[in-house]
Formats: sequence, structure tokens, C-alpha cells
Amino acid sequence: MKLRLAQIAHARSGDKADTADIGLFAWDPTGYAVLAEHVTAEKVAQHFSHLWANSANTASHLPRVERFDLPKLLALKFVLRGALNGGAASSLRSDNLGKTIAAQLLRLDIELPKAQANAVLQAAQTVIDNF
Amino acid sequence: MKTVRVTSGLGFYGDNWLPVLAAIEHGDVQYVCSDHLAELTLAILQKDRQKDPAAGYARDLIPMLTQLWPAASSRGVKFVLNAGGLNPQAAALALQQLFAARGWRARVAVVIGDNILEQLDALQALGEALSHMDSGAAFATVREDVVFANVYLGAQPIAKALAMDADIVLTGRVADAALFLGPLIHEFGWAADDWDRLAQGAAVGHLLECSGQGSGGNFGSAGVWQRIPDLSHIGFPIAEVNADAQVTLYKAPRTGGRINFHTVRQQLLYEVHNPRYYVTPDVVLDMGQLELHDLGQDRVQVRGAIGHPAPLHLKLVAGYRNGWMGHAVTGFSWPDALQKAQAVAEAVKLQMQEKQLQHDELCVEYIGHNTFLGPHASPATDDNTNEIWLRMAIRTREKKFADAFPRLFPWLALSGPPYMGGFHGMTPASQLLGLWPTLVDRTAIESKVSVEAWEMT
Repeated sequence: MKLRLAQIAHARSGDKADTADIGLFAWDPTGYAVLAEHVTAEKVAQHFSHLWANSANTASHLPRVERFDLPKLLALKFVLRGALNGGAASSLRSDNLGKTIAAQLLRLDIELPKAQANAVLQAAQTVIDNF
Repeated sequence: MKTVRVTSGLGFYGDNWLPVLAAIEHGDVQYVCSDHLAELTLAILQKDRQKDPAAGYARDLIPMLTQLWPAASSRGVKFVLNAGGLNPQAAALALQQLFAARGWRARVAVVIGDNILEQLDALQALGEALSHMDSGAAFATVREDVVFANVYLGAQPIAKALAMDADIVLTGRVADAALFLGPLIHEFGWAADDWDRLAQGAAVGHLLECSGQGSGGNFGSAGVWQRIPDLSHIGFPIAEVNADAQVTLYKAPRTGGRINFHTVRQQLLYEVHNPRYYVTPDVVLDMGQLELHDLGQDRVQVRGAIGHPAPLHLKLVAGYRNGWMGHAVTGFSWPDALQKAQAVAEAVKLQMQEKQLQHDELCVEYIGHNTFLGPHASPATDDNTNEIWLRMAIRTREKKFADAFPRLFPWLALSGPPYMGGFHGMTPASQLLGLWPTLVDRTAIESKVSVEAWEMT
């Protein structure tokens, strides 16, 4: 069964020079385990490949996308280097600060067995209902 | 045990200060720490200063303190603000004029030494390579075009200013967290190598530096953002800290927003890159074991920040002239709004080719369709797309090509596809500024930092 990250997570993104930075947050431990397994740095790099299409940035010796895991906070952090079209004051994009990149990440689809998908959805909904 | 309460001031140049007034009047705070300088802001201030040498600071300082000072001074609340921007002395002068005009008294301190534009060559002569932090590119590739260069200073000069009995501390570029850590170091006398306490203080600073983003603003996803109460009267986050660096976040009573596990952790990770190694000038913060305990009633306890020794280098961000942007926006109504916008984009591209309009890059966005979601936008269907705006932007080396770009649009009003509207004239070219993050040996910088305090009457 296909799940969109927006159904089971929330996110916020920001910038530092030409680097975009996204926090992805599960609503509960069940959801965190799913995010940690399915939202890999490789998958995120692929999802955002268009961000580097017109990149004026020079080649970096660091990886394009790095992931950091924070189990106590039920969160993953993604760092996307050279993803902001040169960075805020050099970017041609409307969203020069990369604030909406978080929304794009929430459009990522993952495939889960139906029972697991329903369990994650239900767990997320329980937390949201008590928000 | 003694506690100190610090509140978030502004989160950026242009933010709302009424929530700060609520924190002063009802939040029982002792310090307002106000972050006016996003990374991009110095680029804006640099343009101001180019036009007027007496400018270059965050001008909202004056109206903000005009409204906040009476409430603050009667309660003994102090301010730490990086509103000095590129010109802290000019900011202090403007403040002095305000206080003189109102007959107010206060002791102001100014921290100088972050602006090292004039020292770049000397630093390079000392052996500082100033290569790009991420790409490793050589500084020489941008040196001639550098228009500002500021080092992120730490909390010690702020603590020093407060020790000089300042009521208002004005700085230029300092690490955002340092604005908050400075008062905590001053109040509790934490040693410069008390890493775990400094780390808790840096976490406080990071949680509060973005104002409403720490209390439910810019939060949530589908179905959740609506659950944050009364954003119109949002209360900015306040931290109560004790000498052992135990931290509880809260906000002023009867304000909107929400402080809970979810809103706080979103801000905690905001723009930190590696959360296990978040470098500030005063301490390297490791959030790996950090815990947030939801106490209910908009209170969250922050525990377990780990501190590692402060870095030997400070971060320097230089801004450099990086070409020009020409851009234009125009709208199209149903029917076939998107198709017409696409046809016009093609017509403009063709003209650029025929007129040999030189450019390095072209950005085409269909506002209302894919500006934010890019290739992940849902497909547009003709029947339910009411309107679409076309935005095109080009990157050029020469200003004249960027200026010429919007002139490719007006003729389309009468000679292009039907129902084009909202082309509001020629937008002048805007200068692009690149940011050059690099590292510099801290002793070379910190030995030249000065703090000066005086009585404003």
C-alpha cells in the first residue's frame, strides 16, 4: 500500500547559504521506525534531483544528501548541499530560502504492507487527535 | 535556586514585536534577546549602506524600542539585540537620538569586531586561506567582488557588556544562540569550559532565536496547523533557566500558539545540519541525547544537551557580487491558463534567442501550479485551473541584459494568447549576492573585539 509522507509525518525546512536543511518528524515510535527504514538519503537525493539541475554550485567533496537520525526526538534530519540555486540572495527561484522544500519532501511516497501502513496511519491519527 | 527568564525577541528583520511586549508585561522575563539578522539580512543591509553610510543596521530597532522600552524599563528588563547589523555604532546613535527625544535614560553597550571586511587582506597575509567551507573553492575566485564579511562572534562579549551594567546591548553579527547564552553566562557565571551547561544554554538560544517558530508558528502539515490556537496573538517562547542549566520553555499567559513536544522539536532541529555536532562559537552542541518532556499547559522541559569543546575557528560569511537577475511576472485566466503561460514562456525564450540576450541560466515557474512543488506538483487540468501566473527569471553577468529582460513581455498583451493580465510594469534588475561561508582562526578575530558602554540621556 502506498503512503504519502504527509500522512504520517511533519517537516520544516530552512537554509544556510546554498545548503537546504529539512527536519522530518514522525508522530510516534511506530512511524519513526518506518521513516528510518524507508526514507533513505539516496531516496531523498532522487526525489530532489531537480534541485541540482541548474546548479551553479561547484562540485563539493561532501555528499549531496546526508541523513542524521534522532530516535529520542522521533526525527530524521536531511542536509542537501548545493540545492538552493546558489543560495538565498543568488537564487532565481521564488522560494529562494527553501522554506517549501519540506512540503515537497512530504509528497514522497513509500510502499508498505497494508497491515503496517494501517497501523502507522492509525498511530499517527491518535497523536494528532490528541494534539 | 536562582532562575533567569529570557524571551525570544524578533526572529528576523521585519518580525512582529507585540508578542515581545506580551512577554515583558505578562511573561515575567528579565532579558529580551532579539535576532534581526538572518544569513541573507546582511546582504540587504549592505545595499542600504551603499546608499547611505549612516545606514546598515536593522531599522526596526527604533520603532521596536519606542514601543517596548517604557514597559521594559519599569520592570528592569534588559535587551540584547544584533540589530547593529553592519553598523552597530550608527544603530547606537539612532537609539541615542530616540532616548534624548523622549527623555529616557539607559546604559547602552556596543560590541564591535565582527565586521572584518577591511581586514581580509591582512588575514590572508597571516595565512588564512578563507576557502569555501563546503566546496573548498579558493577565495580568490570571489575576492574582488566581496562587499561584506562578518564573523559570527560568541557570547563572551555580550556577557562582558552586561557585566558593564548595560541595559541594552547592541551587536553586529554574533551566533544567534549567543544572544541568549550571553545573559545566562553573565547571570550564572558559567565557566568558559563548562561544556554541558553551555550546551544547554546554546540549545535555549537555538530554540528561541526564531521567535514564533518555537511556539507553533510555521508548524504542522495537512490537518494539524489548524490545531494551533490563535496565531494572530502568538506568544513567543520564553525559557526559564537555573544555575544548573535546567530549562523549561513556556510562553506568556493568554497568548496563542502552542509549546509542546512536537512544536519544540521542529524548531530544535531547524537549520542545524548535523544535530550531533552543531557548532557555535562557545560550545559544540550534541543533541543526540537531548530529551523534551511535555509538561502540558504549553510547558516543555529541555534536558540532556551534551557539550563538546568550542571550535578553534569561527565562521565567517562573506557576501560577494554574483551577477544580476532580470525577472517578470504575468498572469493568465481560464481557459487553458497553464497552456497559455507555457506558450508565452516559449515565445519569450524564442525572443531571447533571436535578440541574443546573453544569460547563464533561465528559471521558469508557473505560479499557482508548480512554483513550490516542482516536478512533484499534481498535473493541472484545464477545466479546474482558474488562473496561472508565469514567472521567468534570468541570471546575467551584465546588468543591461537583466534590465532588458522584462521588455520581452508587454507586446504579448495585444499580440499573444487571450486573457493575459496583471503585468505590472518593468521590474528593474536586481543584483545577486553570493554567500561565502568559511572559517577563520578565532584568536586573530577575538583579540580585536571591543565592548564599549555609555550612558544615554
